[in-house]
Parts: sequence; structure tokens; C-alpha cells
Amino acid sequence: MNGFSILRKHSFKNVLPLYESRFFSSTPAEATFETKPFKLHKLENGPSPTVTLSSEDAIKYYKQMQTIRRMETAAGNLYKEKIVRGFCHLYSGQEACAVGMKAMFRDTDSIITAYRAHGWTYLMGVDPFNVLSELTGHKSGSSRGKGGSMHMYAKNFYGGNGIVGAQVPLGTGIALAAKYSGTGGVCFTLYGDGAANQGQVFEAFNIAKLLDIPCVYVCENNGYGMGTSSSRASASVAYYTRGDYIPGIWVDGMDILAVREAARFAIDYCSSGKGPLVLETETYRYSGHSMSDPGTSYRTRDEVQEVRQTRDPITSFKEKIIGANLVNIDELTKIDSEIKAQIDDAVKRAKADTEIPLSELAGDVYSKPLETTIRGVSPFQSLEHMNIGPAVNLR
Amino acid sequence: MAFTISFHKSSVLTSTVKILKRSLNTTRVLANKQMTVRDALNSAMDDEMERDERVFILGEEVAMYDGAYKVSRGLYKKYGEKRVIDTPITEIGFAGIAVGAAMAGLRPICEFMTFNFSLQAIDHVINSAAKTFYMSAGMVNVPIVFRGPNGAAAGVAAQHSQCFGAWYSQCPGLKVISPYSSEDARGLLKAAIRDPDPVVFLENELLYGNQYPITDEVLDKDFVLPIGKAKIERKGDHITFVAHSKGVELALDAAKELSSVGIETEVINLRSLRPLDINTIIQSVVRTNHIISIEQGWPYAGIGSEIAAQIMESEAFYHLDAPVIRVTGADVPMPYTKSLEIAALPQINNIVDAAKKLLGV
Ligand SMILES: Cc1ncc(C[n+]2csc(CCOP(=O)(O)OP(=O)(O)O)c2C)c(N)n1
Ligand SMILES: [Mg+2]
Repeated sequence: MNGFSILRKHSFKNVLPLYESRFFSSTPAEATFETKPFKLHKLENGPSPTVTLSSEDAIKYYKQMQTIRRMETAAGNLYKEKIVRGFCHLYSGQEACAVGMKAMFRDTDSIITAYRAHGWTYLMGVDPFNVLSELTGHKSGSSRGKGGSMHMYAKNFYGGNGIVGAQVPLGTGIALAAKYSGTGGVCFTLYGDGAANQGQVFEAFNIAKLLDIPCVYVCENNGYGMGTSSSRASASVAYYTRGDYIPGIWVDGMDILAVREAARFAIDYCSSGKGPLVLETETYRYSGHSMSDPGTSYRTRDEVQEVRQTRDPITSFKEKIIGANLVNIDELTKIDSEIKAQIDDAVKRAKADTEIPLSELAGDVYSKPLETTIRGVSPFQSLEHMNIGPAVNLR
Repeated sequence: MAFTISFHKSSVLTSTVKILKRSLNTTRVLANKQMTVRDALNSAMDDEMERDERVFILGEEVAMYDGAYKVSRGLYKKYGEKRVIDTPITEIGFAGIAVGAAMAGLRPICEFMTFNFSLQAIDHVINSAAKTFYMSAGMVNVPIVFRGPNGAAAGVAAQHSQCFGAWYSQCPGLKVISPYSSEDARGLLKAAIRDPDPVVFLENELLYGNQYPITDEVLDKDFVLPIGKAKIERKGDHITFVAHSKGVELALDAAKELSSVGIETEVINLRSLRPLDINTIIQSVVRTNHIISIEQGWPYAGIGSEIAAQIMESEAFYHLDAPVIRVTGADVPMPYTKSLEIAALPQINNIVDAAKKLLGV
């Protein structure tokens, strides 16, 4: 969980970024890197493995990934303190997937994911304090504390779904709406390697292909469902090919730049009317499935450690951008401490925040309630329905 | 909402219908041994797998991971991969496969990691499992058990906290069990596995770790409980509580509290939701003249509603001194917020208050 100590321990000397500085200054404005080759399914051409990165973006992505890592570490600690209850699925290890995709989002693009949603909530514009408040069940939470870890939402972000695979048809519908309304947007529809086997995924694929729905299906393959490795659950682990008639791309999900290029390609492909696309981002989750799972009975500690040391998305990115002189280590150290301060502060406030009043138990059951009285736990207890949220589709 | 039904001791309608006096179904408790509900379920499956080669388990994480809630612990090791099968996260697929295997003579135990996910598979539970015997004019019966934790756990929010007792009980062709104690769990799961019809077996995650006294008789390999029979957990003359699963615990705790103010409660543990042991309920109501149903599920068309309706349709109606009252989950999806979650579920004080209101004390 603690990526920071690893960063410090790690040496940078084995990093050989393929970069060329455009300017002969000490910090070039941009540099070029080579990603692991993309694997293509039913595509002539894929994303470019040669990637250009500006120093501005380097800092932005680093900040975003590091913020997610810090936030998740904080979430895990809050869970251990029993302040976060129920489920708490951490995204640590998978940061590059989200940050890489988000980097290419236009205002018209949407996203839906499963329950591993904290990082995405932050990327879609919710302050870490409001994410953490949702986890502590407090009123400043993005769902006022009513949704918890698995159910967070924001503009163009449709959750946060706790039912494995259920978000895949939903994302297809969100993409259908984009096409229908002519927004030009696409919907990134995320699901895990475990979810990839759900029947409804294939039902959605088929319809999306038939109707040329601009949906980017992203299988975040972190190697495991709950305690089941991908190969024990999937007859084919080439998830990028499992759309069959839908073209697909395998992406190194630990490399934010590879993910970004794949997202660029996907947006271009889907919004040009070619129909859906499947991306498989191969990644890894460091923590157990949820916080209650120690995550060690079905994999070895060595395996986790090895990924942390050789493939960590933040460490490897840091090495790249320092090696290419896009940033210097002092800048990153400063960013690290700023993020630490920000998250520490957010944790403090999320803890101190309070719950919504009991009256909100009957809040927002309906956007247009036809009965204003709602039964409590007995006929002697009745609740008044309240409308609190904006009900964006009420018109 | 003002509660307007008056609770005066009704002068009307003393029943003329005879109630058969039956001996009360109370199990003697020789409380020398304890067993957790988890172990009770585990040992029940173990016994039945040993007894009948056709019995096998399938579900998510049931084998190598020993079950998400460790209910199938050790069974994969003992029986191997032929009989304890890890499935992908594909409920409608594996539930359908289980039903097909049952049609063809096997005795599957189909575990849903939680019953919330049975919604993904509900078509096979209802349309394939429950109706095939009828549709085939009695040719193909479907001996299958669908089991897993049901109802609200703690802090897992709306999609993971709901009771499917009423949902499945509504469907003819299914038998629906909702055990409370270890004795219930063991005796009823064994009965369910042996039963030739589809059984929906609703466990409760929050009860898994609870220990309950258990007798040698319960530990016997041939111990089974009759499906469709309630158990009187506590005798009392003033009021009847009828509950299932976690609700029984609440009912017993509320009964204890009421006892300290001189109100003696009869607590009926339903054990089975379909068939519903209405006779045990009627016989109790005839003596106590007051009844409250307690469940964690939603009120609307819930188990309590069914009990109330069946009482209305029976001669127990004439013995009521006050309306049937349902204490239930609140009529809202489950919030994550802790204080709201508490308010969304029936608590002991809600039951105590309702009882006092009902009795006019
Ligand atoms: C329909 C359904 N079945 C089972 C579960 C329980 N469950 C939650 S997450 C999970 C594993 C999913 O693995 P994967 O899709 O690979 O996603 P990851 O957790 O690795 O991100 C399971 C079995 C669920 N939430 N919904
Ligand atoms: Mg996975």
C-alpha cells in the first residue's frame, strides 16, 4: 500500500527512457517515450507506441496518480480504524488506467465503473475530502454518505456499481444516449477480468456492434476476481479479443502513457462512427479484493512485492519523467509533500464531518414522489419524503 | 401518521371454530455444546455430500477460497474439484447449469455469494427451478438448493442489503427456508438437500459467527428438521412475536426486555417462509390475542403482510384484541450512513414500543 517508501528505496539507474529533448534546456518542454507494443485484435492499425509527453502533463499525471495512491492509503487506514464500514475496494496499483484514460476525456465523454471507484470519483472532479467523507458516511460525501465506497457519482460519471458486470450494459446505454443525442461523446465502460465473464457483457457487446454504439469497453485485468485468478475463471484470458467481432487492443495498464494513447485512439475510433472498441488494460491490485481480504491466500507476497518493485505505475512514471528531465526530483518531492498535506487534511475533515440528519432516510427515494409519507420500521413511525439532490433528468 | 385503529379489548367475535390443541414444538435444550451457524451449515453440507454422491456444490469462491464467508471451508479439500466447483462470476450461467444438473438427477447446492446476486439468476430460480415440475405434469422434479447469505449485512449500502424472503416466497413451486440458530441451520439445510423440490435457503451473514447451544441429537448424521414447521423459541401468554432469521434474535431480545415489565411474549421462529406454519401462529394468537410480525425486509407485500392476511382469513382473526402489527425494515433502500442504517432496520426498542402500544401499557 505504501508506494512512497518504495519510491525512496528504488534506484533510478535502470531506467532508459527513449526521449529526445526538443529544447536544449535542463527541463525540456516535452519528451518522447516508447510504450510496450499494443496487441491488436481485428485492427489494421493501433495506437502509436511512440508517445510524446509535455512536462506540464507529466506533472499533472504524476499528481493525479499520487493523489489516488495517497487517498487509497488513507481510505485503507480509515477502514482499519473502523471508520469506514462495509466494503472498501482500493485502486492502488491501478492508477495509470484511470489517469491515462481521463487524460483524453473531452467534456462530452462519460465513464461508468464498478465498485473500485474512489480514484475515478476524484478524477471526475470530486475533491478527495468529499470522496473520503463518502467513505466515512458523512454529509460532505459525494453521495451525502448514503452510498458509501461503492456508490459515488459526479458529472459524466455514472458510478460506482456494486453488481459485478451490471455497469457494462449501463455504459452501453450511456453511449447510446450520446449517439442518440448527437453529443459526439463516448462512454468508457469499465469492468474487471472477473466481470468479463458475465453474460450481460456479451449481450451488450452484440447490441453495441449491431447499433454502432460509441462505447469503449475497458477490461481492467488486474489478474484476479476476488480470490480467483483470471485463468481459473476465464477460458480465454486474451480479454482484448473477447468482443469477437469488436476490435480490441491490449494495453500495458501500468504505463499511463500507453493507456493514454489507447484512450486517444479509442475516442477517435468510437466517435468517428465505427462502433464499439474493447481495451484490455493489464494491471495489478496491491491490496486484497476488499479491505477484509488480506489478499495473500491466493497469491504470494512475493508476487505483490515483485509488481511493486518492477511495474509500479507511479514509480515507473516517476523514473521516466525524471530520466527525461521533464521534471526534477525536488519538484516531485514537493508535490509529494503537498499531496500528503492535502490528504491528511482531507482525512481530518472527513473524520470530523457529521452525518446527514435522520430525516434524510426518506430522502430521494423518488424524484417525483406520489406518496409523500413513507413507512418507517413500524406503523407507528412515518417519514416524510424529501427531495434533496438535483435530479438531473427531472425535466 | 396518526395510528387510528383502536386497541380496546374487542368484545366481538369469539371464535366458534375449534383450534386443535397441539403439543408445542419446542426442542429441549441440553445446552452442553455450542456450534456456530457457519459450522452448522458446513457440517450439514459435509454430511449430505458424504451420504449422497449426487450432492455437489458450485458457486463463486466456494472451493479454493473456502467460500467468501467460509461456509464451505474444507469441503474442496475433502471432496475435490469434481464435487466442489468454483464458478466464474456468472450467476445466471451457473444457476442455470445447476438447475439442468438437478433436472438430470444430480443434487446441486448452488451458492450465491450473497442473495443480492441471485437477482442476476432469478429467471432460473423461478422459471426453470420452481415451475418445471408443474409444467412437466409431475415428470421432472428439480432437487436443488439455492443458498447463501440474505438480508442486510453491515455498512454495505443499498445494492448489498436486502431481504429476498418475500420475493421467493411468493413463487409456488419453491420451498423457502430462513433459519436463525445453528440447530435450524443444520437441520433445515440437511432437509433441504434431501428434499426433491427446489429450496431457497436464506442465511444471514451476521449470524454466521454466532454460537448457539446444540444437542447430540442435532449433531446426529440423520438429524433433519421438517421444512414448513415453525419453532416456539419462548413461551408467553400476553403477546406473540413471529419472526425469521435475524428477526428472531431481535424478537427474543425484545421479549426479554418486556418480561422485565411483566409482559410475557411468545416468540415464534418461522424457520420456513414457504410453506408458512400458520397453524403454529394461529394457536399462539388464540392464547395471546396479540401478534407482531418482525422482519428486516421491506414492509410492502412482505412476510408480515402475508402473515397478517392469513390471520385475517383464519379463525385467529376472532381472537385478536388488536390489529396485527408489522415491524419491518423501513420502506427505503438501505443507506450507508450509519445512523440512517440503524433507523432503516427494526431495533429492539421499536418492537418493545409496538408491543406496549398494542397491549395498551
Ligand atoms: C453479480 C455479482 N456477483 C458477485 C459479486 C461479489 N463480487 C464483488 S467483486 C467480485 C470480484 C470481481 O472481480 P473483477 O471483475 O476482476 O474486478 P476487480 O475486483 O478485480 O476490480 C465479486 C465476486 C458481486 N458484487 N456481484
Ligand atoms: Mg479483477
